[in-house]
Amino acid sequence: MKARDHDGLSRRGFLAAAGGGAVLAATITIVPLDANADVASTKKAVAAITGGKETKSGRIKIKAPQIAENGRVVPLTMSVESPMTDSDYVKSLHVFVQNNPNPDVASFHFTPDCGAAHVSFRCRMGQTSPVIALAEMSDGTFYQTDVNVKVTIGGCGG
Amino acid sequence: MAKARLKVPKKAKKGDIITVKSLISHPMETGQRKDKKGNKIPRKIINNVVCNYNGKKVLESNWAPAISANPYLAFNLRASESGTVEVIWTDDDGSKTTQSAKITVS
Amino acid sequence: MKKARLIGAAIVGFGMTLTAAAYAEDEVRSGYYWATEETKAMQDDDFANPGFIWVESGSEHWTKVEGDAGKACQSCHENAEKSMVGVANKYPKYREDMGKLQNVEQRINECRTKFMKAKAFKWESEPMLALTTYVRHQSKGLPVEVDIDGPARKFYEAGKAFYNERRGQLDMACKHCHQDNAGGILRANVLTQGQSNGFPTYRLKWNKIGSLHRRFRGCNKQVRSKPFAYGADEYVNLELFLNHRGTGLKIETPAVRN
Repeated sequence: MKARDHDGLSRRGFLAAAGGGAVLAATITIVPLDANADVASTKKAVAAITGGKETKSGRIKIKAPQIAENGRVVPLTMSVESPMTDSDYVKSLHVFVQNNPNPDVASFHFTPDCGAAHVSFRCRMGQTSPVIALAEMSDGTFYQTDVNVKVTIGGCGG
Repeated sequence: MAKARLKVPKKAKKGDIITVKSLISHPMETGQRKDKKGNKIPRKIINNVVCNYNGKKVLESNWAPAISANPYLAFNLRASESGTVEVIWTDDDGSKTTQSAKITVS
Repeated sequence: MKKARLIGAAIVGFGMTLTAAAYAEDEVRSGYYWATEETKAMQDDDFANPGFIWVESGSEHWTKVEGDAGKACQSCHENAEKSMVGVANKYPKYREDMGKLQNVEQRINECRTKFMKAKAFKWESEPMLALTTYVRHQSKGLPVEVDIDGPARKFYEAGKAFYNERRGQLDMACKHCHQDNAGGILRANVLTQGQSNGFPTYRLKWNKIGSLHRRFRGCNKQVRSKPFAYGADEYVNLELFLNHRGTGLKIETPAVRN
């Protein structure tokens, strides 16, 4: 597979490093996307689901690496506390990576038959970013949690 | 020619919450990469996954290009009766890959 | 690391900064040792490990009849789960009739062309990766155990010379990263000993499984040298040296690595 953005940087960084230390610092600095723009697009994505409703904290647990070994494959496990009965269950869990070019990652739609609102999957992260989980409960309330996952630039690795 | 794997416990007690693990071989092409000539490689991902338990939909998931290549998904089910757990992955091109497994509930 | 005695001194060679950690040459360690907990977990669970896609596909190729002789691998070798146990961990092997070493990929293609009368697989093709992974996987948990005595010796020595030889615009040898600085940090990556026991390996970077020779080519390109062809004698000799260097490590195929 051809390298994606952050890997291109890693290669250039490596070569720059080979060329001379001074160039290194300049070359590996990632130009951050406008942080506010990322926050805004994620907020928009969240609002599109909540309809502007307030989101509460708690209930959601995210297991994620503090530092991802490789941004291409970031293992995530998420669970939402709920009895998962017909009258009280988690309807959906939406996942966003705020600083990705497109913050959308996945939506999971549960039923009481799941027994637990618990999923493990792997996502791509272009750079260090908050990973945001938004849960929609059967009573129409929303919960939101986030964790920060660091994505580093590789050294080489042919 | 996606290749899919599905793991469901062979046996469970009624009411047990079991873990279903699934994996499918797929490049999950984001649509943002370019080939050597600089042309955009068109997006091609699995965008939807559904799990049916004895024909009844119990979980559905929608995926964006941010899901890693060769996607893995593990989730839970409440064992209620013996039967079949089936997972269906849908590609952007409309093609579907189905994998199923039997479970005996006592 | 047993004695985490950091030699604080940063080695500034080739304009690159390497943090050197204490490293004793006789402490043989799999790349697994340096992988993150998440990557280890991905490898450890046969189901979460995406390399098993290739194991499974390899098992299908094993029984698939191809070529004019109307044979499949299993026509001669029967059940791979029995016949291939303890085979791949002893490769590459010296072949007297060829006057040189032969590795697993080459052995598969010899079987295909000579006995199955089928077309040889391309080295990094899906069926070749699948079959190699499947065959190597049958030796999972067994120690790497190659023979370097007798006629194999000179090929081992050639591989060792290659390992220690500077090459490319960066003028670096394998040993500069994987022996002298194993355990150190190259920018954000940990340098491993560059052991071969997990190959073919599912690399997060590749998004798929890849051969040991693909890795060699990648390393060679990174030091800006011209890579050799897949299956080149230079690489097969290096493979023998590397496998011997990792004697005692257990086959992990398919491993998961960054």
